[in-house]
Amino acid sequence: MTDKLHLDRAHLHHLYREMLRIRRFEAKCVELYQAQKIRGFLHLYDGEEPVAVGVMAALEARDAVVATYREHGQALARGVPMRALMAEMLGKLEGCCRGRGGSMHIFDRERRFFGGNAIVGGSLPLAVGIAMADKQLRPGALTACFFGEGAVAEGAFHESMNLAALWQLPVLFVCENNLYAMGVPLKDAESQTDVFRKAEAYRMASAQVDAMEPVQMAAAARRAVDHVRAGQGPFFLECRTYRFRAHSMFDTQAYRTREEIESWKRRDPIERLRRWMEDNHLLSPDEAAAIDAGIAAEIGDAVAFAEAGTLEPVAELERFVLMDSVVQEQAA
Amino acid sequence: MNTTPMKMTYREACRQAIREALLSDPRCFVMGEDVGKYGGCYAVTKGLLEEFGPDRIRDTPLAENGFVGAGIGAALTGLRPIVEIMTCNFSMLALDQIMNNAATLSHMSGGQFAVPVVIRMATGGGRQLAAQHSHSLEGWYAHIPGLKVLAPATVEDARHMLAAALADPNPVLLFEHVVLYNAEDEIDPAVTAVDIAHARRRRAGSDVSLITYGNSLPKCLAAADALAGEGISADVIDLRVLRPLDIAAVIESVARTHRCVIVDEGWKSGSISAEISARLAEDALHELDAPVRRVCSREVPVPYAAQMEEASLPQVSDIVAAARGLVNPG
Repeated sequence: MTDKLHLDRAHLHHLYREMLRIRRFEAKCVELYQAQKIRGFLHLYDGEEPVAVGVMAALEARDAVVATYREHGQALARGVPMRALMAEMLGKLEGCCRGRGGSMHIFDRERRFFGGNAIVGGSLPLAVGIAMADKQLRPGALTACFFGEGAVAEGAFHESMNLAALWQLPVLFVCENNLYAMGVPLKDAESQTDVFRKAEAYRMASAQVDAMEPVQMAAAARRAVDHVRAGQGPFFLECRTYRFRAHSMFDTQAYRTREEIESWKRRDPIERLRRWMEDNHLLSPDEAAAIDAGIAAEIGDAVAFAEAGTLEPVAELERFVLMDSVVQEQAA
Repeated sequence: MNTTPMKMTYREACRQAIREALLSDPRCFVMGEDVGKYGGCYAVTKGLLEEFGPDRIRDTPLAENGFVGAGIGAALTGLRPIVEIMTCNFSMLALDQIMNNAATLSHMSGGQFAVPVVIRMATGGGRQLAAQHSHSLEGWYAHIPGLKVLAPATVEDARHMLAAALADPNPVLLFEHVVLYNAEDEIDPAVTAVDIAHARRRRAGSDVSLITYGNSLPKCLAAADALAGEGISADVIDLRVLRPLDIAAVIESVARTHRCVIVDEGWKSGSISAEISARLAEDALHELDAPVRRVCSREVPVPYAAQMEEASLPQVSDIVAAARGLVNPG
């Protein structure tokens, strides 16, 4: 087991670039939403980017990811191509799910990205099953399962924690604790607000990390992944984070004050990492500008790709309700 | 090859089917409450733990949603789980996983994944187990696109449907009727497979069609015998598969007999019998010489007391009366 973190320049640049890429992608999504090109629910990740980026940086291609409905960041950080993601947002055939999943249901078999699940807590049992199969068919692979702190109130959470610990499965539980389950504050929903302590009841290794600190987040994710990879059973990582935006586009945020939001925004993880890197001569203005330009170009390309995409013919509506053949991963 | 007809119980047929699946495919495993050391609530998996070990006959905690979801996840990534839920009444606890994940993942992901999971559960009344262990919920599941719903009524189907279910790339639910487990029949060793796409005619007749499945099949066959004594010839169709429904077989039968009784252990309101009835009205109204009749469970939670339970479930006499009433009206 390694405890070292690759805190070199390249890794820091990676963290910074990936976080900014998610932030800017979603800003574009808001524009497209206001233009009514993206419809339905849209849950944004602003402020939480270090969680996805930190965890994904510690994963390998052979690992599986189970995501939430707030998963654009998780998908981008995992390597789902931005073009396919944006086309999915616009409901186009070229989208990663042919436009059938939309914002809340992103899947990418090639990258072992298993949703995009819009039932809170509903994806945790899936993660347990994926890890069961991997333990047998792909030894060494692990499953990273993302969920919000709201999910810990669900029965599925407790059933899954118990199964994963009982069977010593290679699962990394990543709790994105942004303090609100839609509008219900953690303290009003949970008797134990140190969520990672719930893992103790299942005799599962756990930790809590300040996810507004990207470097700390990445280090914690690395340690957690190493624990699971070493065959020491599941790990529970509580990531203390905050969403700067509303729960979804329909949320007036009556449950929290503007002051509270502003005080968290002053801790913006992307901004702070940038300043810290600049102060320590790890990011020059030219490099920052180049990163900005690269992301802008990628987003421009993704939007153009998505806009030019096609609509799936309605004649295809009933395809994939029942499958004709098994399309599943083969054993490694 | 042994060609002597073999006699076995429905329970033994289920067990042999599971054993064969485990022997033929190393990716296959059984998971559920008490499937291992206890041998299964209805003794279907008895002895399999000793033969295959705890990794392949996996006892689970009482967590239906959790372990059914785990089965779905395992199926997504290359295993072939046979998940047992003690009774379909308990499957309500796993409804989220069955409906929101198993049934939807293929479609939502644009066909990137198949979910080849098989979920077996006991269904039905008749053993005085009262309401929370006696209901017939297969009709509910037959409502859900993305699932296949099977109801083996014969020992032969109990013996062979599982293999067909495991070979299917879709989530398949198998409803085994609790009263049938002790049913015994000779099965033809020459039959080594059955399909899960078609209904079967279990008895040929010309005056009235009895459309049924599961434990109502033996009741319909008994009713057909009684009707024959009255000079009424009944055609008995065993649906076998409730989703996708083989409505063509139903219409074919009705087109010959022009009279139809649907026998369904579910409650009449919103049941599979309601669906069949509606389809006949839509697509075969002009084949009917009389209104469709339905013999279903009474609209009550199934009671414990024997006479009350019996009165709540479809019985042979109810079927005979319904058929007689169609053929010889008043």
